[in-house]
Order: sequence, then structure tokens, then C-alpha cells
Amino acid sequence: MTIRSILIANRGEIAVRIIRAAKALGIRTVQVYSAADRDMLAVKMADASVEIGPPSAAKSYLNIAAVMKAAVDAGVDAVHPGYGFLSENAAFAQAVVDAGLIFIGPSADAIRLLGDKVEARKVAKTAGVPTVPGSDGRIEDLDAARAVVAGIGFPVMIKAAAGGGGRGIRIAETMEDFERHFPQASAEALAAFGDGGLYVEKVITRARHVEVQVLGDGVDAVHCFERECSLQRRRQKVWEEAPAFRLPDAVRANLCASAVALAREVKYRGAGTVEYLYDEASGEFYFIEVNTRIQVEHPVTEMVTGIDLVQEMIRIAGGARLSVRQDEIKVQGHAIECRINAEDPARGFLPAPGTIEALTIPEGEGIRFDTMLYAGYQVPPFYDSLLGKLIVWGETRESCIVRLSRALQTLEIKGLATTIPLHQALAADPAVASGDVHTRFLEPWLDTAFQTAVPPKEVA
Amino acid sequence: MSKLEIRSPLPGTFYRKPAPDAAEFMADGATVAVGDVIGLIEVMKTFHEIRAEVAGAVVVFIAEDSEPIMAGQVIAEVEA
Repeated sequence: MTIRSILIANRGEIAVRIIRAAKALGIRTVQVYSAADRDMLAVKMADASVEIGPPSAAKSYLNIAAVMKAAVDAGVDAVHPGYGFLSENAAFAQAVVDAGLIFIGPSADAIRLLGDKVEARKVAKTAGVPTVPGSDGRIEDLDAARAVVAGIGFPVMIKAAAGGGGRGIRIAETMEDFERHFPQASAEALAAFGDGGLYVEKVITRARHVEVQVLGDGVDAVHCFERECSLQRRRQKVWEEAPAFRLPDAVRANLCASAVALAREVKYRGAGTVEYLYDEASGEFYFIEVNTRIQVEHPVTEMVTGIDLVQEMIRIAGGARLSVRQDEIKVQGHAIECRINAEDPARGFLPAPGTIEALTIPEGEGIRFDTMLYAGYQVPPFYDSLLGKLIVWGETRESCIVRLSRALQTLEIKGLATTIPLHQALAADPAVASGDVHTRFLEPWLDTAFQTAVPPKEVA
Repeated sequence: MSKLEIRSPLPGTFYRKPAPDAAEFMADGATVAVGDVIGLIEVMKTFHEIRAEVAGAVVVFIAEDSEPIMAGQVIAEVEA
């Protein structure tokens, strides 16, 4: 079936991104919005729009019944969930299909399977993907857990089987620590997720976060190479690149091949990301999880491969086979994405909703700015603080950083505090320039180098 | 007796409880001391504790639980 109309079940910059992709394919768009989002750019751009509830996301963007009613009433063929909200909700994907519509993403079964971290680890092992040394699935009692950790060595991470987004994680340095944390972690997991199940993994120190973009049509799967997302604050990515830096070609080839093997194992359909930890010291990489959706950082892959991932997702959902063969996908140059958030980095990243008084967007070769901002727009306090993403391409990583610095000087968002100063400092930092970073680089850097670069403001 | 107001320092969503099934930070009619946590404001998916900057008896909440609130809007009134 060819898709003629899409309901966009999301907001902000990704809603704008999906509308642009749909328009390029000649597809009609219907945008949902909450009462706090009547003035958002995606509402102005879409062919039609439907209010689905009050500002609270639980009552609007996360309300499956309200979104489904909008989709059915609007008579669309398909639903695009974007990222966040209902994008990895198997019940939502099933509700879309049960209503006779197309879910632009993998099947509910694939979302359920890959969303359960213990099950996903099992699938990865079956596909021959290396996993972090740890327990074989859930460990129910302390005796069994002791035997597992004795075999893998400390430090170890205790994780909730039902956890996510960094929640439900504890690190134990010794057996004594472990015996104290284990029952507490189980009680907390039960309280937070309704499931006290735990599993254990070895902690990889000084790891880098490398992830592979995959595309599958349910029969075949390809990869669009990898991204480096090591610069993170509170496990949230702030700066992403493609390709990963200092990655030996043999490692890159194995990493990408393993992601494709995993996608094929589950007959994956749509765009997805297989996330890994890469230990530069040993040259080993380990599977972490699969994200069964388009990701915030997808544009860096688009900039270096020339593939429009959102258009490809829509075509695949409409029944098309993959439009590219693996040997046709090449990486050219280097791309970096900076997440521009409404937060004040000089004041502990205090959220800063407010009105956009003026906006200057850098333009030129190799520069892309994905956003939902316009002058006069009032950024609501109810959702994510992401205002936009500056993505810059260069022939080399060095020239990309030079171009990024210039673009960041031009980018001006007046009326509220943003993370632009953070990115300017990162772009000027010698450790970032040399690629000498890892997943625990950013937070200590914020307390030291960043304080020198951007001293805290006097608070009245 | 004079009436003092506790206002929200931030725009966002106001909560009277730390979790949906937990007890309220402070009941209507309670006595409040400076520094007491009276609620939470959720701003852009982060939670900020709201502490009373005034002391007094018989606190009356004006803001509704789990409802949007503007910066400067009155959360509660306190008899001092």
C-alpha cells in the first residue's frame, strides 16, 4: 500500500522534520497537538491539525486513545511516532495496526522483544553480537548473583530488567557493596517499574558510545555506518558525530556487520539503532541495546551518507523494499550535531522556557539547523528542553569543527538561556579536538575546563 | 493576622505529592516553617522542590495538584 497521508504523533523539531520528509514524498500530513502547543511550527506547516488534550503529556502525547481517535477521525493511512513519547510503545504500535492503519516503525512484537533489555541481550547473543560480560538473563536471588559476579569481576553494574533512560542502575565496586546494593535495587525496581527483576553487567571503564544506524524492510537489512555519542550529561547525549573517530577499520566493519546480523535475526522493519560500548584499550565492543525508532542524532548519518532516513522509513512502511544496497552506502566527510537546549549551562543547566525574541540561523554549505523555533514563539515549560539541532558537515573532522565554531558564532537565539556557550567551549576544547573523550568525560569537564571557559553568572 | 503568599518561582506543572500514590508534602491547614518543602514544579522534564520562604499557621493551597502554573502565580496562602 502506498501511504497518502500521515498523522504525526509527536511535537517539536522531529514533528517538523517528519512533515518536511512527508511533503518531499507528496504525502498529506495531520499534526496532533496539546493545548500548550497550539502555536507550534508543526501545526502551522501541516495540512491539518487536531488538538488532543491538555498540556500534560500523559493526557495528550502519551494518551493512546486520544491519538488513535485523532488518527481515525482524520482518516489518515499511517502514523509516525517520531522519538520519545509513544515511539517505542508496543501497545501503541498494535493499536495503530488494529485500527487498520500503518505504524511507521517496526512491529509491536519487535518493539516488545527489543525493549526488554534481558530479551534483547539474548537475541544479540543468538545473532553472534558480543554482549557485556554479565548474567544470562535475570538473576532472582543473591546466591545466584554472587556466583555470577565472582566470575566476571568488579566493578559491576546492577540494572533493573524493566529499567531505561539510566534509571534503576547501581554500581558495586566490591562483593560487600554488591551484597548491600542487590536487595535495595530489587526493591526499588519493583517500586519504580512494578518488576523487581535484576541483571548484572561488568562496568567498562573509559568506554566510548558507538551506535550503528540500521534500515530493514522485513526481509533484508543494511547499515548506514556508525555514530559516536560519547559526550553525555546524565546519560543524555549532547554532541554526536559521524563517523566515530579513531575507530580502526576492522572494528568498524565488525561492529556494523554485527548490527545488520541482529536486524536480520529479528526481521527488522524500519529505521533502528544498535548501541554499543567500545573499549578503546582492548579494541572490544559490546552490545547495549536497540532503539526501535528514529533517533535525535539521525541527521549526522544523513549528512555523511546522503540518505534521507525519515523518507526511507516512510517508504518501507508503505511496503517498499530498501531503496539502497549495502555496497551503495558510503561515508563522505564528517558531521557533528550539537543539541541546542533551553537550559542555562552556567547555572547548573537550569531549564529556561520563554519567548524567542529574535532568531539568527547560520546558513551555508554543510550547515543544517533542525528546529521548531521562530521569532515570537513561546517555548512551553511542559516538555523536553530541545530547541533545535545544529548539524555541520566538513571534509575532515578538523574542518568540520572549524565550520561548527563559525556556525555557533552566527547562531543566535534571543530571549532565553541556551546551551550554545557549552557547544562553543566544546568546539574549542583540545581534548574534544583530539577525540580523547569517553562516556564519563563531560561531567568532570563541566566542573573544570568549562568553568574556566564560561564562568558562572552572578545570580541576583 | 496577616496573609502571606507563596508564589511559584518557575513556570511548569505543580505537584503537591512526591509521587502519584504518595502523601501530600503538606496538608491544607498545616503549620509551615521557612524551608519546608511544599511541592514540586516540573519544568522541561526536571523536578524542582518548592520551599516555603515564610512561616505561619493554616496554609491554604490555591494551586491545584498536577496542573500548569505560571512563574509568579500564587501556590498557597499562609496566615502569619
